[in-house]
Amino acid sequence: MTRSNGIFVSRARLIRKRLNPLLKEWGLTAYVLRHSMLAVIGTLIVFSFVFIAIFGTRLAPYNPTSTTIQERFQPPSGSHPFGTDKMGRDVMSRMLAGAQHSIKAGAIVLAIAVPIGVLLGGIAGLFGGWVDELLMRITDVFLAFPSLVLAMSFSAALGPSLFNAMIALSIVWWPMYARLVRGQALAVRETSYVEAARSRGASNWHIMFRHILPNCLSPILVTLTMDMGWVITAAAALSFLGFGAQPPMPEWGRMVSDGRIYMLSAWWVSVFPGLGIVLVVLGFNLLGDGIRDALDPKLRRLTEVKWSRKKISSSSKG
Amino acid sequence: MESKENLLVVEGLKTQFFTYGGVVEALDGVDFEVRRGETFGLVGESGCGKSVTATSILGLVAKPGRVIEGRILLNDEDLLQMSSKAMNRIRGSKMAMIFQDPTSSLNPLFRVGYQVAEPYIYHQSRRKRRALHDAMRMLEKTGLPDAEEKTKNYPHELSGGMRQRTMIAMALTCEPELLIADEPTTNLDVTIERQILDLVADLKRDFSASVLWITHDMAIVAQLCDRVGVMYAGNIVEKTDVRSLFRNPKHPYTVRLLRAIPSSVSTAEELEEIPGSVPRLIHPPTGCRFHPRCDHAMEICSQIKPVAREIEPGHLVACHLYNEGGETDGGGVV
Repeated sequence: MTRSNGIFVSRARLIRKRLNPLLKEWGLTAYVLRHSMLAVIGTLIVFSFVFIAIFGTRLAPYNPTSTTIQERFQPPSGSHPFGTDKMGRDVMSRMLAGAQHSIKAGAIVLAIAVPIGVLLGGIAGLFGGWVDELLMRITDVFLAFPSLVLAMSFSAALGPSLFNAMIALSIVWWPMYARLVRGQALAVRETSYVEAARSRGASNWHIMFRHILPNCLSPILVTLTMDMGWVITAAAALSFLGFGAQPPMPEWGRMVSDGRIYMLSAWWVSVFPGLGIVLVVLGFNLLGDGIRDALDPKLRRLTEVKWSRKKISSSSKG
Repeated sequence: MESKENLLVVEGLKTQFFTYGGVVEALDGVDFEVRRGETFGLVGESGCGKSVTATSILGLVAKPGRVIEGRILLNDEDLLQMSSKAMNRIRGSKMAMIFQDPTSSLNPLFRVGYQVAEPYIYHQSRRKRRALHDAMRMLEKTGLPDAEEKTKNYPHELSGGMRQRTMIAMALTCEPELLIADEPTTNLDVTIERQILDLVADLKRDFSASVLWITHDMAIVAQLCDRVGVMYAGNIVEKTDVRSLFRNPKHPYTVRLLRAIPSSVSTAEELEEIPGSVPRLIHPPTGCRFHPRCDHAMEICSQIKPVAREIEPGHLVACHLYNEGGETDGGGVV
C-alpha cells in the first residue's frame, strides 16, 4: 500500500515537474496579453461576440423573424433598444440572432481556406522548382483580382446564398496563406536542421510536418485571428450586395443593406448592425495584434524580466 | 582491393555547381576509400571541397550542384544509382553525419529527446515511448550529464558541447556503419573538443563503425585518423596512412601545409604560410590545380593533370615530381 502510494506521489511530482515550464510559458503569454490594454479590449469584444453567437437566439427578447407591421420603424426605446425595421422586427433581437451567421461564415471560410493555403504553400516552398513556379503563378492569378470582386463573381456564379458566399470567399482567401507559408518554408528549407534531418533519412513529408509547419504556426495563428474579422466583413459585404444571406435570415450585412434606403428617416436600422460589424472586426484585429506581441520573442524576453521581478516582489511582500 | 575490406569506395567523383557566374568544378575526380573500422581523415583548406564530398556521399548536394560522374559504393552498392526512397532508407540507418554547427542543426521547436528519438521511430518503427527511452540511453552513452532531464530540454537550453553530444547521439541512433563527421568541433573550445574527439573514438569502437572525419586541423588528424586524404581544390593530392603523412609527406602542398602548423617548440619567428590562395573553381588552373602556388612547378604541371600514383605501398601522390619522366629533382621536396 505504502509502496504504491510512493509511486503515485512520485508520478504526480513528475507530472508537475513536466508541466511547470509549460505553465510558466502560458503564464507569461497571459501576462503579456493582459498588460496590453488593447489586447484586453480585443479579447473582451471577441469573447462577448462568441458568447452572443452561441446564446444569441435565446437572449433575443423578440422573435427575430416574426413581423409586426404596426410597429415598423420604431426608434430606439426601452422596449426596442435598437428600434425596429421596416417589417416591425426588433433590430436588437435580429442582431443577437445574426451573430452566429457571421461567426459561422468566418470559421467555415478559414477552415476551408487555411488548410488549402498552408498545404499548397508548404509544397511550393519545400519542393521548389517547377512545382513552386506552377503553384505560385496560380496564386498570383487569384491575387491579381481584388478579392471582393472575385468573391462576388464566384458567388454570383454559384447562386446567392450564405453557403455559396462562404465557398466563394474560401476560394479567394487561400492564396494569402499559400504565400505566407511558402515564404516561411523557403527559409526553413535552407536551415541546417533540415539538412541534418535529411542526413538521417527524413522524407519530404516528414520535413513538411515536423519542420516547416511547426515553424509557420505563430504567423499563421496571428494572421488567422486578424483574418477572422476580415472574413466576417467580407461575408457581410457579400450579403450587403445581395450575394450572401437571403431574407429573412438575420445577417448583419444584409440588415445594413435592408436599412440603407431608410437611412435618413430611420438610421437605426442600418447603423446598429453596421456598428456591430465594425466592433467585431476591431476586436479580432486587436486580439491578433496582442497575440503577435505575445509571441514575439524579443518582447517576451523584455516582459519576462518585468514579470519575474513582479513575482519576486509580490512573494516577498506575501 | 577486396570489397570486404572497404566499406565506402569513392571513385572519380565529380560534383559541379551550375551558378549564374559559371560552372564551379567543386570536385574534380575524387578517389578514396574508407575501410571497415578505420577513421579516414579528409584534410584541406576551406573551400577545397571537403564538405561537398560529404554531401555528395549522402546525396544531399544543394540545388545548383549536381554529381556529374563517378561512383560511390557503400557495401558495393552504388549510391548514385539509387532511388531517392532507397537513399532515404540508407541515410540515417547505414550512414549518418555529424554537422559543423550543432546549434543550427537542431530544430529549436522540439525537445532534444524527441529529436534524437526520431530516427528510431521512422527507421525502425519503434513506439514513441520506447524510442524516447532508447534516445535517453543513447544520450547517456554520449556522456551527456543528467541525460534523463536533458531529454526534456529544448536545444537552446543546452551548452555547445551538450548540443554536439546530442548531434552525435542523433547520428548514432540507428548504429550506422559509416559516420561522416564534418568538422564537428569547430565551434567548440579545446577542452570540449578533446572530449568530443575521445567520445567519437570510443563510440566508433563500441559500434564498430567507420568514420570519415573532415577537418582542416592537422592536430585532429594526427590524434584520430588511421589514414588521411589531403584535398586541394577538388582533388585528393595525397593519400596515405597518418604516420607516413607526418613523417614523409610527398606532395608539395602537403609539405607546405604541415610546415604551416604552429608549433610550441619551434623557434621560427614567423609562421610559414602557403603563398596565394585557393583558386576560384569557376576557372580552375589548368593541369595540376596547385601549380600556381607550387615551389616545384614545372612546365608539365600547367599542362597535364597529374594522376595519383602509388609511390610506396599505400601511399598515393598526384604530382608530376614523382612521375618517371618528371623526376628532375629526384623527388626531393622535403
